[in-house]
Amino acid sequence: MSRGLKGGLFQLALLFSLGVGFLMLGTLLVDVFKDGLPYLDKKLLTDPPSTDPEIAGARPAIIATLYLGGLLLLLTVPIGVFTAIYLEEYANKTRWYNRLLEINIQNLAAVPSIVYGILGLAFLVRGLGLGRVLLAGAMILTLLVLPTVIIASREAIRAIPDSIRQGAYALGATQWQVVSRQVLPAAIPGIATGSILALSRAIGETAPLILIGAVTYISFDPTILGPFTALPIQIFSFLRLPQEEFKLLAAASIIVLLGILITLNAFAIWIRNRYRRTW
Amino acid sequence: MATNMRKRVLLALLLVLAASVSGCGGGRGGEADGTTATSNGGQGLSGRIQADGSSTVGPFTTAAAERFRAVEPDVQVTVGVSGTGGGFERFCRGETDLSNASRPIKEEETKICEEGEIPYVEFQVANDALTVVVNKDNDWVDCLTVDQLKSIWEPGSKVGSWSDIDSSFPDVKLRLFGPGTDSGTFDYFTDEINGEEGASRSDYAASEDDNTTVTGVSGERGGLGYFGFSYFEENQDNLKALAIDGGDGCVTPSVKNAQNGTYTPLARPLFIYAKQESFERPEVEAFVSYILENETEIAEASQYVPLTTEQLEKAQGDFEAAVQKASG
Amino acid sequence: MSTPAATARAEPQLRARRRRYSEDVVKGVLGLCALVSVATTVGIVIALFIPAFEFFQDISVVDFLTGTEWAPLFEPAHFGVLPLISGTLLVTAVAGALALPLGLGGAIYLSEYAGPRTRGVLKPALELLAGIPTIVFGYFALTFMTPLLRDIGIQVEVFNTLSAGIVMGVYLIPTVASLSEDAMGAVPRDLRDGAYALGSTKMQVATRVVVPAAVSGIIASFVLGISRAIGETMIVLVAMGQQPNLTLDPRAAAETMTAFIAATGAGDVPTGTLEYKTIFAVGATLFLMTFVMNIIAIRLVRKYREVYE
Repeated sequence: MSRGLKGGLFQLALLFSLGVGFLMLGTLLVDVFKDGLPYLDKKLLTDPPSTDPEIAGARPAIIATLYLGGLLLLLTVPIGVFTAIYLEEYANKTRWYNRLLEINIQNLAAVPSIVYGILGLAFLVRGLGLGRVLLAGAMILTLLVLPTVIIASREAIRAIPDSIRQGAYALGATQWQVVSRQVLPAAIPGIATGSILALSRAIGETAPLILIGAVTYISFDPTILGPFTALPIQIFSFLRLPQEEFKLLAAASIIVLLGILITLNAFAIWIRNRYRRTW
Repeated sequence: MATNMRKRVLLALLLVLAASVSGCGGGRGGEADGTTATSNGGQGLSGRIQADGSSTVGPFTTAAAERFRAVEPDVQVTVGVSGTGGGFERFCRGETDLSNASRPIKEEETKICEEGEIPYVEFQVANDALTVVVNKDNDWVDCLTVDQLKSIWEPGSKVGSWSDIDSSFPDVKLRLFGPGTDSGTFDYFTDEINGEEGASRSDYAASEDDNTTVTGVSGERGGLGYFGFSYFEENQDNLKALAIDGGDGCVTPSVKNAQNGTYTPLARPLFIYAKQESFERPEVEAFVSYILENETEIAEASQYVPLTTEQLEKAQGDFEAAVQKASG
Repeated sequence: MSTPAATARAEPQLRARRRRYSEDVVKGVLGLCALVSVATTVGIVIALFIPAFEFFQDISVVDFLTGTEWAPLFEPAHFGVLPLISGTLLVTAVAGALALPLGLGGAIYLSEYAGPRTRGVLKPALELLAGIPTIVFGYFALTFMTPLLRDIGIQVEVFNTLSAGIVMGVYLIPTVASLSEDAMGAVPRDLRDGAYALGSTKMQVATRVVVPAAVSGIIASFVLGISRAIGETMIVLVAMGQQPNLTLDPRAAAETMTAFIAATGAGDVPTGTLEYKTIFAVGATLFLMTFVMNIIAIRLVRKYREVYE
């Protein structure tokens, strides 16, 4: 029956699409691991980079990435969650400025990451004169992922049924009490998931940090107000060196980066599953 | 509050804790390979030295910094490669202590430094044989004259194929790679070959990072590029250096020919400029002193052309004078 | 919660006797946080458009938008942005040609054909893969894709658009697939059931019922994918090269707007020079392009959205 044949072919074509996609991604990962695993040793984690690929490591970059992650959480979560609370609980949605705020956040989420780099270059590095320091990098990454955190937090807050709020009001709670003692605690799993996913995106970002000036030879451990180079940047630097071994070192550093990201993502998914609530 | 809130706080704390704990580990590790002359004898200095500038000289300064770290592990040296021009701009704004340069400082740059009240000292730290390279599979050319180079690189040049350079060459597409306009190598090459500093055709793959040129030329059969000698030495297996005919026959780039002056017109000095006032800091004095004392060893290990004895003596003389001035 | 419930004896007082200033403070603080996002947008606009405006005092907009040579740092300098735009669009076209069909196909399979267990494994796998940083894809393009293309006989240059485009397509597949699948998943079961009840095959249900119903979300995912391709930096910086090239040949090297911004911004062009301002002129162009795409996406979604009860 031609119907069945057509349908079968169609299904095959779809399966093929899916398969090709996964296959290419799988090849990517296998390639990275094949190249990088032999170079993944303690040296990579503990030694600073060098012009000699035999002794080069990625230590300052790894530490800087961890610092950036920590700073990012400290900066993004409060601002993002509070903005979400404002939009969901306090803002009068009919007011023009609040609707503008919502559209604004949506637009910011679609801005290319390099534009945030330009923003950082103009205001933080040159404008404020912060210079090419880790803190500037953290601030720019914060702005980059803020829309994501806001949107995720709003979803989490919105998912909480109104009856919870009404019950609290009925018992005489003030607005802030309702938010802080009922809504927020219930929304934490969603907020945590969103924050961690945003964090993992920020950790993988390279372009904005390039503009903030993270591409130099650093042999010492970074400090918050000092020069720095993050893991994705270190990978980028390794890739530009023509010696073959540096390309393999880049692969090994990628494995480290992916390791950090998978841990974060797994943690986020675990939180989401463990604390999923039905109302 | 729920346990998951605590867990998130814990994660954040863990991250910061891990960072600070590993931060306390200090900048140890990564000994330079066996050539550390003194792994003791350091004075326990600390501080930060910022160097920026030429991507030709950058690896030299980096190699020096790595060796220096074995002697003075608490002195932090950062080396940027924004190009000779870019380096001077930062230097004359007072942002860096040392400026790596593959050409002498220009008059306009000197003026800016004077305006910014940055007196400086110039040190020649190595020699260079600016090398023109082609792909390993290029078997039709071994030597180019200066005129031929000019016809390839001059502004508005339409040379697009090797056969345009010499009809005996095969009709292989010419793919050009080279440094960008912030590079001292670019300034020097255009000055010597095209007759005017900065005059060059613009349709080539320009990058401040000479490694890009290495990758480009080694990957294209019809590739041609130019950079400092050390980049050729590091990548000899993948590149072929051309001999240059400056009017007296073909001369290949080599340490000897760079030092004895026969590799014209592409032999040149490499410099590090230091802020006079930086010499008031013991760590800068120690670093520059270290460079000069171990110059030959550093140059040879990182495949640069070392200074001749007279050049080294002159540099050391300049150094003594600068130190005198700082303490005086 | 200290205010006691209104006693039945007295008349209920519906407003607190004294104003709780802490509530106002809270509202103020929250509002301030919300202003951060506003400040970001204002900052972007100022950072981009003021230097861009200054740039256009010296270089005419017409020359900029129609010039075919981009050589801002050379003597004589050329400021025609078309090569950069063509580089961006060419790599986006290659990426889109790969990602949109494959992503949609995969999404249809996941949504209509795959069993819940398969979907439960594959969907999170897709989301995980969507989180791989782009520098990893840059590595893949340079060290794997370019040699591969040469091995199968395509004469690509060391830095070329085809490698970058293919790899960028691979990068976008999870995003397009995931979002399209979300859109198709939101289509209510009744629509499918109705179609089956009328005797449709699975293929007919998928192509004539579900996809049209979800078309707004699918198109949104396409536009988002293209927008991300346009704004992508690392893959093109590593694998495509830094030689502005107005060409349709994907085997040659070329430069995108993003690669130019990254390369120039990383160097040390002094603040205030014309060369420095090129970063902002190109940045403004890039921003406008993605902004317009975003508006189009929102409009399309609104126009074709099917509203279910």
